[in-house]
Amino acid sequence: MSEPLLRLSKITKTFPGVRALHAVDLELYPGEVTALIGENGAGKSTLVKAMTGIYQPDDGEIFFAGRKVTMPTPHAAFQLGITAIHQETVLFDELTVAENIFLGHSPKGRFNLIDWPKMNANARLLLDDIGASHIAADIRLKDVSIANKHLVAVARALSVEADVVIMDEPTAALSHKEIEDLFSLVEKLKSDGKAILFISHKFDEIYRLADRYTVFRDGEMVGNGVLADTQQSQIVEMMVGRSVEQVFPSRAVEIGPPVLNVKGFSHPTEFADIEFDLHKGEVLGFYGLVGAGRSEVMQALFGMTPSTSGTITSNGQVISPKSPADAIKAGIVYLPEERGKQGVILDLPIFQNISLPSLSQTSRNGFLRMAQEFELARNYASRLDLRAASLSQHAGTLSGGNQQKVVIAKWLAIQPNIIILDEPTKGIDIGSKAAVHTFMGELVEQGLSVIMVSSEIPEILGMSDRVVVMREGRLAEVFDNDKSLTAEALIRCAAGIGEQAA
Amino acid sequence: MTDTTTQPRQIADRLTSPLHDAVYSWPTLLLFVAVGLFVLNTFASPYFLSPWALSDATFNFTEKAIIAFAMALLIISGEIDLSVAAIIALSSTMMGLALQFGVDTPTLVLIGSLTGVACGAFNGLLVTGLGLPSIVVTIGTMSFFRGISFMILGDKAFNGYPPSFAYFGQGYVWWVISFEFVLFVIVALAYYVVLHRTNFGRHVFAIGNNPVAAQFSGVRVARVKFLLFCLVGLMSGIAAVLLTSRLGSTRPSIAQGWELEVITMVVLGGVAILGGSGTIQGVFVAAFVMGLISFGLGLLNVPGIVMSIFIGGLLIIVIALPILANKVRESRA
Repeated sequence: MSEPLLRLSKITKTFPGVRALHAVDLELYPGEVTALIGENGAGKSTLVKAMTGIYQPDDGEIFFAGRKVTMPTPHAAFQLGITAIHQETVLFDELTVAENIFLGHSPKGRFNLIDWPKMNANARLLLDDIGASHIAADIRLKDVSIANKHLVAVARALSVEADVVIMDEPTAALSHKEIEDLFSLVEKLKSDGKAILFISHKFDEIYRLADRYTVFRDGEMVGNGVLADTQQSQIVEMMVGRSVEQVFPSRAVEIGPPVLNVKGFSHPTEFADIEFDLHKGEVLGFYGLVGAGRSEVMQALFGMTPSTSGTITSNGQVISPKSPADAIKAGIVYLPEERGKQGVILDLPIFQNISLPSLSQTSRNGFLRMAQEFELARNYASRLDLRAASLSQHAGTLSGGNQQKVVIAKWLAIQPNIIILDEPTKGIDIGSKAAVHTFMGELVEQGLSVIMVSSEIPEILGMSDRVVVMREGRLAEVFDNDKSLTAEALIRCAAGIGEQAA
Repeated sequence: MTDTTTQPRQIADRLTSPLHDAVYSWPTLLLFVAVGLFVLNTFASPYFLSPWALSDATFNFTEKAIIAFAMALLIISGEIDLSVAAIIALSSTMMGLALQFGVDTPTLVLIGSLTGVACGAFNGLLVTGLGLPSIVVTIGTMSFFRGISFMILGDKAFNGYPPSFAYFGQGYVWWVISFEFVLFVIVALAYYVVLHRTNFGRHVFAIGNNPVAAQFSGVRVARVKFLLFCLVGLMSGIAAVLLTSRLGSTRPSIAQGWELEVITMVVLGGVAILGGSGTIQGVFVAAFVMGLISFGLGLLNVPGIVMSIFIGGLLIIVIALPILANKVRESRA
């Protein structure tokens, strides 16, 4: 076995309140594809950013061809010959294909001006090389289709003399035919002796392309090896871990009659034919891969996307929320995934964040009553065990977990019937996570109904009464969460893997 | 499992008293500036301290300040209206036009105010309905409204407003206390209540800080913004009544450049130009500061063009000041 070209040793990266990576190792070998596998939030993207100079690891070492290196900037990684094709490509619509490919390192001619003929010719060569001879080099990127844009991004990544190529879910936005083209490109890069890191959720792709694998869970490396020696089920087991039952509070809640019924719920582009019902006292889990359309469905239920069709029945009445204000009136609240952007208002005091949707209760004839606002905020803050010095401090000064508590307090204060939680524990510390889980149990005990969108399988299995799995904007299956429901079954269903190896 | 034995934590409502916060605030600092300027003015001219001179000085800012209060709310919500001076011109022109048909004073006031509301609603519709940036929309309507005024009037002027109409801009409620000044104080109080004491005001702050999170919290963002544009239009219409009454005539060039002074007043009053924070108290004191500056410069016979240099400079300084202060704070941290 040859020496690894790139070796990461004991890389640690911490963000305020979150340990994204903890002493992880990774080795990439020339001429081989290594698959990086893990659930959403396992730390894969953080590692890619640490490998490409976007983040600086707090601890740990990186060796390139046996030599210890540091990458203080993305440019430094570029110069070492490490290049990445990101999940969401950052390209410039108003520039030409060639400009996009060579932005930052375009060939220079006289007076240090861009050598246009050379740049276009080089772009042509690169595009031909990756099997994209149908894309013209001199047209603007905005006139290029989505799939072809992706190929431009690939060409850009390969426009530097790179020895290490990182592909972060490169097939997420591609059609079948384009995926095949990409695969032959990966084979070609492999035969050129490049070391490739391939990140994907799809097991069929991983088994087809990769030679080795490394599995991450909760920011730690939990396994690696040669793929040919490893069963798919072993990898899934590593991804999920085995501590599901212990962490989550058990509860005994009588499931009541349906409180929400959704039928034929469709959106022009995001999702179609969504159909489910939610019972009183139930936690309904929504699982799926990123981009499966779960958040889109929830935001539509909450009135954020009015251009939907279908029937929503809440407590026997047909409702059609055209705005969040309408949904709130109907007793439906939504805790958004993007806490900082959509959940809390960072520069408003905690108590004003909590009272914002409840002002009609705390005020009299439209005039604020501060005493009532403080009382409301104090009440819910202590119920959620909020950690803050005062209720007048800005929400932005709190940790992620405590900000999440502020958002939850805000919604509980309006005393809803249905609370939709979108990735409620994403990016918050373990202690706050447990508090949120305990609290969900209390909510359903009080007769609320909870919809929980989550990408963390242990959370889904540990909290839900039933699990809805979505795939590509459609409802794939609804599972009863009895003892027989396994993580493997959920992953298979979400990724659309057949049952052949079950 | 959950630990029910520990007492729930008691979190203080506040760490500092509201009085403490009020003392250590921008409006208080501004108040010192106003007093300083007042003292400077008494040195600049021996006539300044006479009651009538002081009364005259207030006319420098009352009309602009009446717009500034509504503008403060709009800027806090994250939008801006650059067309206010043009709305004054159009409102004044419409009143002049109505005058040709011999309408009475109450109708004139109504027409002036309603023209303002209509202009504001037009701005609001373009911004909230079509999702256009307000700075672009109101630069457009700035030329548009005043353009209509020029089209109607050309190089002519409307004169001959009825004597009873003169009261709004020239009348006194008691001794040296002008009608305009009384209206200014009433409007200030009204806007103080709306911004700081009502649900509507809270929504304005929420929108200015984070329109997406506000929307997600059930605030009807578009509706609030539309109302704010209408309010700014209404206040511009009222300012048009006052100004037209004071001048006794309408020309299309009326109130030229006022948008700059109104916005300067708002920003000087401590309203964040990017939205999210500010107080009516601040704008109230800033109105006096602006009035004292322009009156003082007037006493020193400083020409108008130098005055506008001064106002422009002031605007840049008050916008730059908090940003510089932040940088200093960050570099120390």
